[in-house]
Amino acid sequence: MSSKEHVYSAPGDAIEGKHPVVVNRYRGFTRANHWLTAGCMIVLILSGFAFFHPSLYGLTGLFGGGQTTRWLHPFVGVALVVSFFGLFVQMWKLNLPRREDVEWSRNIGDVLKGHEENLPELGKYNAGQKLVFWGMTLLIVTMAITGVMIWEEYFPNLVSIPARRVAVVIHALAAVGSVLILIVHVYAAIWTRGTIRAMTRGTVTGGWAFRHHRKWLRELAGREDSRKAE
Amino acid sequence: MKDLAPEPTTAQANPPVQPMESNLLPSDVVRASATPNLPPPTRRLTEVAKLIDVTKCIGCKACQSACIQWNDTHPEIEENVGVYENPHDLTPEMFTLMRFTEYDNPQTGEFEWLIRKDGCMHCEDPGCLTACPAPGAIVKYSNGIVDFISDNCIGCGYCVKGCPFDVPRIHKTAHVSKKCTLCSDRVAVGQGPACAKACPTECISFGPKDEMIAKAEGRIEDLKSRGYDNAGLYDPQGVGGTHVMYVLHHADRPSLYAGLPDDPRISPVVQGWKGPAKTVGLAAAGLAAVGAVLHGFLARPNEVSEHEEQEAEELVDHRGRDSDGRQA
Repeated sequence: MSSKEHVYSAPGDAIEGKHPVVVNRYRGFTRANHWLTAGCMIVLILSGFAFFHPSLYGLTGLFGGGQTTRWLHPFVGVALVVSFFGLFVQMWKLNLPRREDVEWSRNIGDVLKGHEENLPELGKYNAGQKLVFWGMTLLIVTMAITGVMIWEEYFPNLVSIPARRVAVVIHALAAVGSVLILIVHVYAAIWTRGTIRAMTRGTVTGGWAFRHHRKWLRELAGREDSRKAE
Repeated sequence: MKDLAPEPTTAQANPPVQPMESNLLPSDVVRASATPNLPPPTRRLTEVAKLIDVTKCIGCKACQSACIQWNDTHPEIEENVGVYENPHDLTPEMFTLMRFTEYDNPQTGEFEWLIRKDGCMHCEDPGCLTACPAPGAIVKYSNGIVDFISDNCIGCGYCVKGCPFDVPRIHKTAHVSKKCTLCSDRVAVGQGPACAKACPTECISFGPKDEMIAKAEGRIEDLKSRGYDNAGLYDPQGVGGTHVMYVLHHADRPSLYAGLPDDPRISPVVQGWKGPAKTVGLAAAGLAAVGAVLHGFLARPNEVSEHEEQEAEELVDHRGRDSDGRQA
């Protein structure tokens, strides 16, 4: 299969059924990887928020107290980095910016109103999804680096105290940023009906693919056909 | 009921010997970490201070020994690396440390040996307490003592970042932060700090802060009359003053004394992190969540129509081409 056939879709994506059309969007490994990442993220947000604001300190009770939360948070952070790296490897190519992303972004009003007929045809991801992807990547890398700097137990004197002060602020700001992105990510998945099943069952309906990611569907349809011809 | 112990006014006098109740009560806490709505205290204790007259210190380390003994700490026996500091730094087991500086005074041509007893300064506005995320892990009493309550401490090290003097140390096995308590447990029963009690030259004295300031002023006058024109009191106002103060021969240059900060204050980075960042961060996350929910209720969901499902079938049947033959 030439790489030309993988401009808008991942190798694992495939049309599973034709009447009605069912499209495989995420294979099992990717879904497991996604939910592991999500689980880490939730633990990190709950434990991190406990240290972020006194009013949320009670969240440490979920993990068995402040001491446990203190050591758990960085280890889950390491797990998240590893897990997210798995997602990154699988998804980065299709998240590279393309020309149609500019037009899509310009018409963000139509996106929010659900007038997708005014938008360009898209590959597997739209510019918003790409922003979530790259934003999370950037923030997770930032939090990993600053997190190691302030990991008192194992790296107490890795950097100077003034550097640690800056690191802890950047860590907190990046965390707030990642929570905002997460809210956008989760809400978009709920608001755009038919999306969540891509991460649970792994498939979406043909209509969903046609409406939101038509170039992706086109490519798969073409590919499906060529595979049958072999 | 036993009597409350008197508030100590000196470290020199012997303490009362009859059993007495602690006079440093939870209700005397005026500030506690991560506790915004602390009930106001019903009484105010006399503000105390430890005055360390650096010009009188002979570097005997009796204060360190007394500190180790009273607090029952066990500092590691280290290698002699050719300097007088022992141990090499403040540690979770060594709350106070004599720091030795050799200074060639260019004005007088004299060689000076500056010995400063390092340790917690007990700031009026403590950076450690500001930075601490654990409710009640760091408290400040109305007499000015800043104390770490290990039961509430989680060992995160935020106090290390908050402190302008690089004082707190995280204990490697207990996983709690440690520092000088100003012998809060002694003060509670009418005694002065162990270091002050042990000091053979009365370089360290202890008592009400205004008395200590008055004592320092007398001493500074004396030093000035003997040629130390820059002698002065170190009670840095950037942290609201401290409850451990120094008399310095060179008060114009505190940093001569093993890097004592010239103008210590809580870092603006820490202030920003613990002030606006917290509020704005929470508000942003909250607003985004509320915004999402509102949009969810008010806006129409983005739904796929039956027509689009049919279009998809057609598209797939035509191998990705539109019915008019167009390929994207």
